Amino acid sequence: MSKATDVISPDSSVHHDEHDHHDHIPKGITRWLFTTNHKDIGTLYLWFAFIMFLVGGAMAMVIRAELFQPGLQIVEPNFFNQMTTVHGLIMVFGAVMPAFTGLANWLVPMMIGAPDMALPRMNNWSFWILPGAFLILLSSLFMEGGGPAFGWTFYAPLSTTYSGDSTALFVFSVHIMGISSIMGAINVIVTIFNMRAPGMTWMKMPLFVWTWLITAFLLIAVMPVLAGAVTMVLTDKFFGTSFFDAAGGGDPVMFQHIFWFFGHPEVYIMILPAFGIISQIVPTFSRKKLFGYASMVYATASIALLSFVVWAHHMFTTGMPVYMEMFFMFATMLISVPTGVKVFNWVATMWRGSLTFEMPMMFAIAFIVLFTIGGLSGLMLAITPVDFQYHDTYFVVAHFHYVLVTGAVFSIMAAVYYWLPKWTGKMYDTTLAKWHFWCSLVSVNVLFFPMHFVGLAGMPRRIPDYALQFADFNKWISLGGFAFGLSQLIFLALLIKACRKQGEPVSAQVWDGAEGLEWEIPSPAPYHTFDTPPVVK
Amino acid sequence: MSQANANNKMVLKLVAIVIGMFGFGFALVPLYDVFCDVTGINGKTENSAAVYQSVEIDESREVTVEFITRTNTGMPWEFRAETQRVKVHPGELNTVSFYVRNPASSNIVAQAIPSVSPGTAALYLNKTECFCFNQQPLDAGSEAYMPMQFYVDPQLPKEITYFTLQYTLYDVTARASDLTTKPNPFMVSGAESGK
Repeated sequence: MSKATDVISPDSSVHHDEHDHHDHIPKGITRWLFTTNHKDIGTLYLWFAFIMFLVGGAMAMVIRAELFQPGLQIVEPNFFNQMTTVHGLIMVFGAVMPAFTGLANWLVPMMIGAPDMALPRMNNWSFWILPGAFLILLSSLFMEGGGPAFGWTFYAPLSTTYSGDSTALFVFSVHIMGISSIMGAINVIVTIFNMRAPGMTWMKMPLFVWTWLITAFLLIAVMPVLAGAVTMVLTDKFFGTSFFDAAGGGDPVMFQHIFWFFGHPEVYIMILPAFGIISQIVPTFSRKKLFGYASMVYATASIALLSFVVWAHHMFTTGMPVYMEMFFMFATMLISVPTGVKVFNWVATMWRGSLTFEMPMMFAIAFIVLFTIGGLSGLMLAITPVDFQYHDTYFVVAHFHYVLVTGAVFSIMAAVYYWLPKWTGKMYDTTLAKWHFWCSLVSVNVLFFPMHFVGLAGMPRRIPDYALQFADFNKWISLGGFAFGLSQLIFLALLIKACRKQGEPVSAQVWDGAEGLEWEIPSPAPYHTFDTPPVVK
Repeated sequence: MSQANANNKMVLKLVAIVIGMFGFGFALVPLYDVFCDVTGINGKTENSAAVYQSVEIDESREVTVEFITRTNTGMPWEFRAETQRVKVHPGELNTVSFYVRNPASSNIVAQAIPSVSPGTAALYLNKTECFCFNQQPLDAGSEAYMPMQFYVDPQLPKEITYFTLQYTLYDVTARASDLTTKPNPFMVSGAESGK
């Protein structure tokens, strides 16, 4: 850590013009309401995502409190179902996706040498409609009959025939979230295509930019399909159509096909930017170039393409014919090849590097190990015959929490620890950071690892009660959950301290192995950067 | 300004993709039906009568067809197959009958939805006459026998020796625009509406 501060800012022709501006930053609430500055919007996204992470986490605490022991003791089953549903929706659409969009806002223009995002006003809108969407969703919890209780996957007929009136609010909030992320994605694509600095060729782009570009294409391809699916649910429920109603000639299984046609690319939307982040961090702290840059780009693209032809592996038990199950099984297993390429490239980057273990690197290494565990349990789930046993059990819950919490969320934390000094100009409190890391690392495994065992033993997911033989494991899972939840308060304290600009000033490069345009501008990053584009050699 | 022009052009293209994909979401609905019709993988049988014409009867093998009935949640009718299972030669025309009774105090219109398991057998189950082609009204307290005439296509793959046809009865009274007590030959089949 101490090394970080004694590096010298590299001499560069990049920031001659910075002084003309004197960074006149607007003051007060209107700065944030009307801002079109990519850095301000990035900050807004990141804080919003963090607040949503705490809200969704609080719901997880309710779930774990109810499951601390068998029997029904704390909440009604219907409320329990609302908690699992809204927890999932908030974590997916409110925490992980906005956090990645926030990082893209902060970093993409700085990494490609652009002065701002291509469409700054739309950028403002795409953020400011999000709080409205989540207010609608959260307020539905206080309606008569409660909020959505059909799982974040809102399978028909649960969401059509058997849902409450709040379904309309759910549908509208998902529409708004979708519009927000589509606008964000369009902005990222246009920025990357049209605003790269001279000399910033495609194959010189940092991997975070590459992975986000591919993610943005996934977003504009599948978020509209989600919008279509929720619209069909809305009209089935309120306007008498029969998209998913067998009595009227529809098909409830078709809902699952449409949903997972969106849903599977969606899981890559939540992990590809994470791959980009790890690919930025590992070379820095290994003091080596990334191993296999081109293969990383191609692997990302092939994961994105394959993600469109594997959706039915979520539906092995719906009674598909064997040859379809075989197809989806093999296609799914194929994805582990490009994913494996990535993991091997990260490991090869570290191989014989001069490793140091600053906070971002700790999170990145934790990501590589724990995400791989999640990837391997995913490979197990891909095997059709055994999936009949694992389906809808806690094994699935363990799998997607390993890839989403120790995968996506850990990568976001790694990113914050990596770029926060660049944003604030000060080194954050590394003691708190170490506490945060170790508490999170231990508790997250106590929380999610035993879920594999109870899942294999047959404990179903989304049920507020369970058979007695699962009691001991669930006690540990809940304790791990509470500890993981509390650990995030350390992170909150660290972030508040960092935003108050406490700490040692850092150099422009911050980390002595860091390379890239964002490390050539001063720390903290000026309000306006790259008004004159840098020349990339 | 050329930068702004380039941006606008690109945005228009991307918005076109978004609109196209929104349309594609809805296009999946008919595509799904066509795909299932062609491959028969979700066990749906034809919604219109087949013509029984110059079909060769394959005496060399016998296929067991089993009938299962159920009523959807909230549907009060009694519904059962008069015959639990029949052994048929492929190509041979058979008639089975289903019994229904409406024990409720109101007139109800029902729609039967067929499903064949294993799904691939659905392609080879040809119905020349079926109560499931139309909505079926029944007065409060009355009962009826509903016929179903079918033959199994001799092309049925050899490995299928046994398949199950399940009917689920749905209460579609609210949907049926014209609540008549006599079967109405002009009534649009419920399975066709709502598309």
